[in-house]
Amino acid sequence: MLLLLLLALSLMLGAKSIALHDVTHALFSSCTSADCVIVRDARLPRTLAGLLAGVALGIAGALMQSLTRNPLADPGILGVNAGAGFAVVIGIALFGADSPLDWLGFAFAGALIASLLVALTGALGGGRVNPVRLTLAGVALGAVLEGLTSGLSLLNPEIYDHLRFWHSGSLDIRNFSVLKTTFPAVVIGCAVALLLARSLNSLSMGGDMATALGTRVARTQLFGLLAIALLSGAATAAVGPIAFVGLMTPHLARWLVGNDHRWLLPATLLMTPCLLLAADILGRIAVPGELRVSIVTAILGAPMLIVLVRRKLGRGQI
Amino acid sequence: MSRMMINSIVLLIACLLLAFLGVTRGTLPISAEQLWQVINGDAARNIQLIVIEWRMPRVLMALLIGAALGVSGAIFQSLLRNPLGSPDILGFNTGAYSGVLVALVLFQQNIEGMTLAALLGGLITAGVVYLFAWRNGVDTFRLIIVGISVRALLMALNSWLIISASLEAALSAGLWSAGSLNGITWAKTTPVILVLLLAMVATALLARRMRLLEMGDDTACALGVPVERSRIWLMLIGVVLTAASTALVGPISFIALLAPQIARRLSGGVKGALPLAALCGALLLTAADYAAQHFFLPYQLPVGVITVSLGGLYLIALLIREARRQ
Repeated sequence: MLLLLLLALSLMLGAKSIALHDVTHALFSSCTSADCVIVRDARLPRTLAGLLAGVALGIAGALMQSLTRNPLADPGILGVNAGAGFAVVIGIALFGADSPLDWLGFAFAGALIASLLVALTGALGGGRVNPVRLTLAGVALGAVLEGLTSGLSLLNPEIYDHLRFWHSGSLDIRNFSVLKTTFPAVVIGCAVALLLARSLNSLSMGGDMATALGTRVARTQLFGLLAIALLSGAATAAVGPIAFVGLMTPHLARWLVGNDHRWLLPATLLMTPCLLLAADILGRIAVPGELRVSIVTAILGAPMLIVLVRRKLGRGQI
Repeated sequence: MSRMMINSIVLLIACLLLAFLGVTRGTLPISAEQLWQVINGDAARNIQLIVIEWRMPRVLMALLIGAALGVSGAIFQSLLRNPLGSPDILGFNTGAYSGVLVALVLFQQNIEGMTLAALLGGLITAGVVYLFAWRNGVDTFRLIIVGISVRALLMALNSWLIISASLEAALSAGLWSAGSLNGITWAKTTPVILVLLLAMVATALLARRMRLLEMGDDTACALGVPVERSRIWLMLIGVVLTAASTALVGPISFIALLAPQIARRLSGGVKGALPLAALCGALLLTAADYAAQHFFLPYQLPVGVITVSLGGLYLIALLIREARRQ
């Protein structure tokens, strides 16, 4: 319900507010007035991008938090977004990829490699993944990749020009083909995640317990990792790096529906686009000009991380 | 002669060598003979200009700021008793950079104003991080995660400031954001040099207390060190060193993390070897700046790009090793 309301608001509000009546008119019949063009060519792709990216980031965040049993996991914090960004730069620099569709493949590969690297670093502590170490490994990897990315893009003005827009994380994409390509990836990722829900439930009791309950731990982790890479790669490729969204909503959802993944994942799936669209709308109306959605989510999300770390670490739950 | 002395001398010589390279190499190569003439003041006008007004400030500031960052990192790592507790991970230099941006974008300040704003930004950030991490004492890991979150918040603020600034201000701020020693002149360096030297003298005065604090709060207290007061002073100085450096060259990451680590290896486990950390920092930054200037011609990279790449790799190695040990 809230999601539908936000979808409508996202179509209506902006530098020029458009009444609901005109919005429906623009969507369901052909017209050529300025309002129609705004709605169909700017607001609609933007809203759909928010929907798609929100779903992808939310599920990816929830999966990460469950698989690593780490309350601080998020594709942005763990450097997966930076990996996707770096791969896109490599693609542009070395392989001359210049359409958003080509970038998509590179973003996937980058996200996959980055999540594997971070998972390996975090898991080296002998079986049990240490949340703080994982977070630090992600931050470090993200820093390296971002350093290399900016180095490469500064060396090559052409790349810099390509990246300047993509890198700031905005839903304002005005291009349906990107959405069409990312859509199947997001659907597959979500389906895998939802199928894993039962296994994740038993996994959250610990690896040994899960094995005893008949869950194939390694397989769950592998598929989970693939889903994470697919989802965060798709989101990052479509809208650029947006952090903290995947961190926040799984916690909100857990607070609302409890720890059962069969409820948790669908709840996250619905709530994350709400949050992302709300942040985008807030960014559109809060200041003259626009505040990019990645900035709004960082401003909302960083305090959340602080609250989490105070609560969790305060109770000695590392 | 102790191991520390030998290492210090080797480092010093390496720094001088790099400084010599930094001054003499470039689009117009200068021979040692010409350099000597410049120092005596009887070289040609153009060479005089290039060396004294362009290359010297850059090399000197690389040395000085590297040293400042190294000392700052050593102070924090000693206080927090954790190799990861460095001002760049905790977000203090991002805070200083926010201060600079506010001064630059909103008030169009000159270099004195920007130095002041950087100091304020760094100190406020440190205060906020410390406050949020405080809960019956400060747990280092909590401090680090809080630092990371505050840093993310500040980075969002920074990019908003840059976007909302006029193009001119945004361009100069954007160049700054990567951390670069390009275009440093003597006029810009004076206030920063003053602050850095003052802070270093203060560090030297407090160095003994710092070493006593490392023995543990109780021992230090028994030996007559006012524990909390010394800690706050040391932290203040550490933040000032980072913030003043940031005011001049932008946020250069990971020197503060790396230098004290290397210094500790070199000194054979003696903690808090401040002069060694300073020398390591100076060497690292000068070398990184030389690489940034000369290895990627015809482009000149900001030195921050080099340090962030190398430092991040080192951080990952550090994490892996710590994980193995447990």
